[in-house]
Amino acid sequence: MTHLDLLRGATVGALRERWPYAERFLGERGLELPEAPAAALADCCDAALLADLAAFLTEMEAFLSAEEETVGAITVLGGRDKRGEPEAVRELTVDKGDVVCIVGPTGSGKSRLLADIEWVARGDTPTGRRVLVDGREGDERWRAGGDRKLVAQLSQNMNFVIDMGVGDFLALHAESRRADDIPGKVNRIWEEANALAGEPFALDTPVTSLSGGQSRALMIADTAVLSRSPVVLIDEIENAGIDRRKALEVLVGQDKIVLMATHDPILALMGDRRVVIGGGAMRAVVEPSDAERANLAELRALDARLMELRGRLRRGERLDVI
Amino acid sequence: MRFVTVSGPPSSGKTAVILKTVAHVRQDGPQGPGLRVGVVKFDCLSTLDDETYARHGLPVRKGLSGALCPDHYFVSNVEECVQWGRGEGLDVLVSESAGLCNRCSPYIRDVLAVCVIDNLSGIDTPQKIGPMLKSADIVVITKGDVVSQAEREVFAARVRRVNPKARILHVNGVTGQGSFEFASLWREGDEVDTVEGRRLRFSMPAALCSYCLGETRIGAQYQLGNVRKIDLGQAGANLEVDADRQRGAPLSGGEGAR
Repeated sequence: MTHLDLLRGATVGALRERWPYAERFLGERGLELPEAPAAALADCCDAALLADLAAFLTEMEAFLSAEEETVGAITVLGGRDKRGEPEAVRELTVDKGDVVCIVGPTGSGKSRLLADIEWVARGDTPTGRRVLVDGREGDERWRAGGDRKLVAQLSQNMNFVIDMGVGDFLALHAESRRADDIPGKVNRIWEEANALAGEPFALDTPVTSLSGGQSRALMIADTAVLSRSPVVLIDEIENAGIDRRKALEVLVGQDKIVLMATHDPILALMGDRRVVIGGGAMRAVVEPSDAERANLAELRALDARLMELRGRLRRGERLDVI
Repeated sequence: MRFVTVSGPPSSGKTAVILKTVAHVRQDGPQGPGLRVGVVKFDCLSTLDDETYARHGLPVRKGLSGALCPDHYFVSNVEECVQWGRGEGLDVLVSESAGLCNRCSPYIRDVLAVCVIDNLSGIDTPQKIGPMLKSADIVVITKGDVVSQAEREVFAARVRRVNPKARILHVNGVTGQGSFEFASLWREGDEVDTVEGRRLRFSMPAALCSYCLGETRIGAQYQLGNVRKIDLGQAGANLEVDADRQRGAPLSGGEGAR
C-alpha cells in the first residue's frame, strides 16, 4: 500500500500517531488539522496537498531508515585526462577512517575529481570516471541531493551567517537531521570544538562572533557529529588556527572518509596516502615513505617554532634573536 | 526544442547559474553533442542580463513588464517566446524570470521547472517563497561556498520540507561547481513545440483593484474592486497576518488549482 492509499483512508488521529512530523508539514502549507482524532484526513485536505504529503512521508521514512546505514568505502575507477588519454591511476579505494590528501596545482583537476565523487559518476562526466559506493555503481539516491549528499565540505572561505547562538544553532542543525539526544549532541560538539580551537567560546556566543579558528573548529566538530555525509572534503585549512591533528582525529573517529586538498607538508604527511593530480587526471597515489614520516617530527618542530614567534609578535616583542 | 523555465528571488544567482550551465550544454560531452541554447529574460523595470547573455554568444530576447504584473506579462508572452526559439533553431530555450512577490510561479505543466534560491537568504526563506519553490522540479541552491556545511544542511532540509519531490542541486554560479551535473538534467526534459493549450502549474494572483488601474491616492474611498483588509485584532496586537492562511480569503485558485 502506498502512502497515498494509506492517507486517503486515515483519520487525523492516526496521522498524528504514526507520522508526528506530518502536522508541521501541513501547517506550513496553511492547513490546520481539526482537533478531533476521528476526523477523516481526506475531508480536510485537498487531493493535491494529500499527494504532496504522501511524497513527503515517503521521503521522510527513507531519510529516517537510512539513519543506520553507513558507507564503508568509496572507489574511483580511472577515466581519462584532459587530452583524452587514460589516467594512470585505474582504481582508488578509500575506506572509512582513511585520510587521503589531494595535491596538484590550480586547474589540475582537483575540483573535478571531487565533483565526480559527489555526483557518483558513471562514466557520464567529462572524465569518464566511475565512482562506486561500497563497491556498487550508480546509486541514484545520492544524486537527489539536499540532505543526502555524499560529500560534506569545509573550506577556509566558509563562514557562519546565521544570527544565532552556538547552542541554539547546533540544536537547529540536529533537529533538521532529526537526531536523537539533541542536548547531548550539542554539548559534545561544543566540547570537541573548544578542544580544537584553543581559545574557548560559550554556548551562547553568537556563531557570527566566533574567530576564524573557533568557526573552523565548530564546523569540523559539527560535521563530524551531525553531518550525514560519509565523505568529508577539507579544502585548505592550513591557516585555520586550530589543532590540525586533533581535527583529523575527530573526523576519523566518526568513521568519516576524509579527503583533504592541501599543500601543507604537515597535513600532507599526516594523511594515509596522497593522490597527485595533473592535467585533469590522477597521476599517482603516493604513500608517505619512512623518511617522510620521520621528517614529520621535524616539520612539527618547525611549525611550533613559527607559532612561538607569532606569539612573541602578538605580545609586542622584537624578533632580533630567533 | 526543450524548454527550461528558471525562476527565483532577485539576486539568487539565476543568470550566473544559467551561464555556467549553458557552457556545458553547448559543448559536446558524454551525454551527446553540444546543443544550441537561447534565453528569454523577463524582468520588471530594467535588466542588463540580456547584454550579458549576448556577450556569451547566446541568442537572447528580453521582456520588461513595466506597469503590468510581471507574471501576467510572462504568461501572455510565453507562447510567442517558444515560437521565437523554434524560429532561431534552438535545441534548448531558457526563460529566466524573477519571483518578485513570492505569490506566483511561471512554471508550466510538463515543462522543466527550476527554482534558484541562495544559502544566504536565510533559513526561513524556503517557507516564504511559495509556489515558485513548492512546484519546482529542480531546486538549485547557490552560494554554498561561503556558508558553513551545517547551514547548507539546515537550508536544504528546509527546502526539502517545502518541496519533498524536487531534486535538490547545489550549484555555484561563481566557480561553476555543480553546473555540469545541472546541465545533464536539461537534456532529460521533454520536447516542447508549443505551449498553446498547456496549463500553468499554479494560478496567477487575484488582482484588479483601483491601484492596478493607476490609482495613487491612499484611503478607503479610493479603494475599489478586489481589496482585502489586514486583520490587526481589536487592540491592533495581532500584527502578523499571513494573508494566504486566512480562511475563505478571496484568492483565485491557489493550491487546489494545480
